[in-house]
Amino acid sequence: MNVNTLQIDRKMVTGREGDAIFAVAWEHGIHIPRLCHIGGLSDVGACRLCMVEIEGQKRLQASCLTPIQEGMVVRTDTPRLRQHRKLIVELLLAERNHICSVCVADGACELQSLAAALGIDHVRFRYRFPTLPVDTSHERFGLDHNRCILCTRCVRVCDEIEGAHTWDVCGRGANSLIISDLGEPWGESESCTSCGKCVQVCPTGALFDKGKTIAEMRRDRGFLKYIVTARKEKQWIG
Amino acid sequence: MNDANHKPRLATLWLGGCSGCHMSFFDLDERLIDLARRVEFCACPLMDYKDFPDADITLVEGAVANEEHLAYIKKVRKHTKVLVSLGDCAVTGNVTALRNLFPVEDVLNRAYRETSTVVTGIPSGNAIIPRLLPRVRPVHEVVKVDYFIPACPPSADAIHAFLTALLDGRTPSGSGRFG
Ligand code: SF4
Ligand code: SF4
Ligand code: SF4
Repeated sequence: MNVNTLQIDRKMVTGREGDAIFAVAWEHGIHIPRLCHIGGLSDVGACRLCMVEIEGQKRLQASCLTPIQEGMVVRTDTPRLRQHRKLIVELLLAERNHICSVCVADGACELQSLAAALGIDHVRFRYRFPTLPVDTSHERFGLDHNRCILCTRCVRVCDEIEGAHTWDVCGRGANSLIISDLGEPWGESESCTSCGKCVQVCPTGALFDKGKTIAEMRRDRGFLKYIVTARKEKQWIG
Repeated sequence: MNDANHKPRLATLWLGGCSGCHMSFFDLDERLIDLARRVEFCACPLMDYKDFPDADITLVEGAVANEEHLAYIKKVRKHTKVLVSLGDCAVTGNVTALRNLFPVEDVLNRAYRETSTVVTGIPSGNAIIPRLLPRVRPVHEVVKVDYFIPACPPSADAIHAFLTALLDGRTPSGSGRFG
């Protein structure tokens, strides 16, 4: 195993060759913001919130997909990056219908808490107010497209951990939608095992347990670490 | 904000909201008495006044939902030095803006015909009920807003911290939450 030494936010850190900047930073207590990353699933670089500055490079890089290199100098929190992150979160809030006061995830939503952490107190863009469906055809769960930020955590957990690959993305850009199977209502999906993993990893109020009302949706993600450790290290630790 | 011969003039305003933000403001309880020593209340929905007076600070609750709100907030902006969006309806449109998902005719039909026991027609901007705007808008989409206090409703503590900072001449830090 080769070890690389690099600098992140003026701190000397080490990581295994091939590790992503994001992972190494988190291991050393530097918490780069993210919405699409979740430990245990593959990374796709969809949300662009984990962008960092690398000395000698003009372009910002998504730290979840950029491997560390010996001698690298990385900055994760500069005025420029903060501006970009604010912009991204404001765009996400303006893109669909986020009415936190009547949302199942209010108070435990990663989008909402990130907005607050970035100091966002209003959205500078015009809200789009798109008309979007809510799929409540599944016996136990619901999908509210109004709250979806297209992070694809649900797609990845269903594919990589459950092995069902019920979810996918259809359409392009802001008009993309998460679909089950080939666009059937979720309740009619033949591949879904009703395991509920997608509901547990969703960062927003988009996927929810039926019967939960405003601010009642809370998630349990312990299973992810449990299953991933079991698979990788053949150890059953919770 | 403190001027030797003139206490800052504070106004509050209620547009398309549920009055919850005002209730939170009144939850300042005995702190209202201290506040009254430091400011002159010059307008609020519970006060009788004809024209909106000149104000130093105006807290506005509610979104801009109808033509009256729109004309009013423009006028208020001209008469106030510091305009503050108080609560989610003013800041994001919030529940008031849920109707933006539907055409305004459908909304009016639903409220005044389909679900009403006595149908007396649809109000469309007569002298009593103002005409709805095609879409509900947060306050800063129509006039310049200087500060924002998000949450539905913001807590009395958040309102208190904000006003105290402003009156002390400090930069108010946000309510620490969004939505
Ligand atoms: S998903 Fe999050 S940001 Fe969107 S309405 Fe719900 S709580 Fe608010
Ligand atoms: S409940 Fe399980 S199987 Fe069904 S879509 Fe979600 S992750 Fe896939
Ligand atoms: S439903 Fe939830 S997990 Fe799936 S893409 Fe949307 S926000 Fe992400």
